Amino acid sequence: MQPDSLTFIFLNAALMNNFVLALFLGLCPFMGVSGKLETAVPMGLATSFVMLISSLSAFAINAILVRYHIEFLRLIAYIAVIASAVQLVEMTLKKYTPGLFKALGIYLPLITTNCAILGLALFQTFKHYGLMQSIVYALGAGAGFTLAIALMSGLREKLDLSDVPGVVRGAALSLMLGGLLSLSFMGFAGLGGTH
Amino acid sequence: MSAIPHREPREKQAVTWDVFSEGLWRDNPVLVMMLGLCPALAVSNSAINALAMGLATTFVLITSGAIISLLRRFIPRQVRIATYIVIIATFVTLVDYSIQAISLDLYNALGAFIQLIVVNCIILGRAEAYASRNPFGRTVVNATGMGLGFTIALLVLGAIREILGSGSLFGVDLFGPNFEPWVVMILPPGGFIVLSLMLVAFNLVNRRLGSNIKQAKGHSHAA
Repeated sequence: MQPDSLTFIFLNAALMNNFVLALFLGLCPFMGVSGKLETAVPMGLATSFVMLISSLSAFAINAILVRYHIEFLRLIAYIAVIASAVQLVEMTLKKYTPGLFKALGIYLPLITTNCAILGLALFQTFKHYGLMQSIVYALGAGAGFTLAIALMSGLREKLDLSDVPGVVRGAALSLMLGGLLSLSFMGFAGLGGTH
Repeated sequence: MSAIPHREPREKQAVTWDVFSEGLWRDNPVLVMMLGLCPALAVSNSAINALAMGLATTFVLITSGAIISLLRRFIPRQVRIATYIVIIATFVTLVDYSIQAISLDLYNALGAFIQLIVVNCIILGRAEAYASRNPFGRTVVNATGMGLGFTIALLVLGAIREILGSGSLFGVDLFGPNFEPWVVMILPPGGFIVLSLMLVAFNLVNRRLGSNIKQAKGHSHAA
């Protein structure tokens, strides 16, 4: 596969360099919201949606910053744009699709502090992706995040029923599970690309 | 949050050892509060990267805490998070350019994770929970403790991973040419697994310490 073909970008972001399991981005929701499958999947989908929006915004902002040679403002501009994008998405959903808004609940505002979102915006800038590539990259990252958090919640639901020693219970066990998942995702590295 | 009526928080002026030390062990950001895991795992594949990341985060923690603490009476409550983020992003930009100027190798090794300090939950968390309601002195001391706690946790994690995964420490070869490195330790799964084992060790030590304290106070029920 060509390293800048759209298929490759999608698979790379979703599997080979999964945002959670290979790049360690978005671990807070990965650890925090993966207790149950029915909360994990909406969280994954909401994050994917915000990723798409902020990827588009970041692409536009970066074009403006480069145009006026003020790249040193990139970080501040991105984080401000992401925060406003989340706010905007929240308000739009509340107005037009209250059902969806209610389903996502408190997860929406929390997405601002998810480092996967800012990470995505920064990575697409460093990789000099075009508009179409950025969109596909965001979709891939979102799919990867949703996949990881759904797998994790499935495993944790099973583990709730098993008897584990007290010292391991909680965060240590979740991290160990994350390690095993990450190990299995390394198998996808054979598909190509290391960055 | 809005349900709590805004009142002027009672400020304690004293700068005690406790203000400094809570970040080191009792409320260690990584091991207890589970904050800032993303950079902790992502850059801890060698001790030097971990140390640099820890120090960069400590710097941002102290400087942004200091500014927020000084401005705490002037920042309107409604826009405080946005204000904090802009202040934090300013210092992160500073660190980003400084590291780039000091060592380009280090900058390339840490990659986007320096800029991602902006969304490190420790910094925003401490800004909201501590700097916004404590005077300058206490905030700086507390931020230093928190930063050191984060740096130490990261350094231990990075050292373990580097020793097992590359057979070296701070780039110095430890075991000679016959050592077969346990490569998975410097790869992503190693980060998860080593941190998980560190947490188990931390819990074991705390359980032992905790039981001593409980015994001293006469409470001896099993955890």
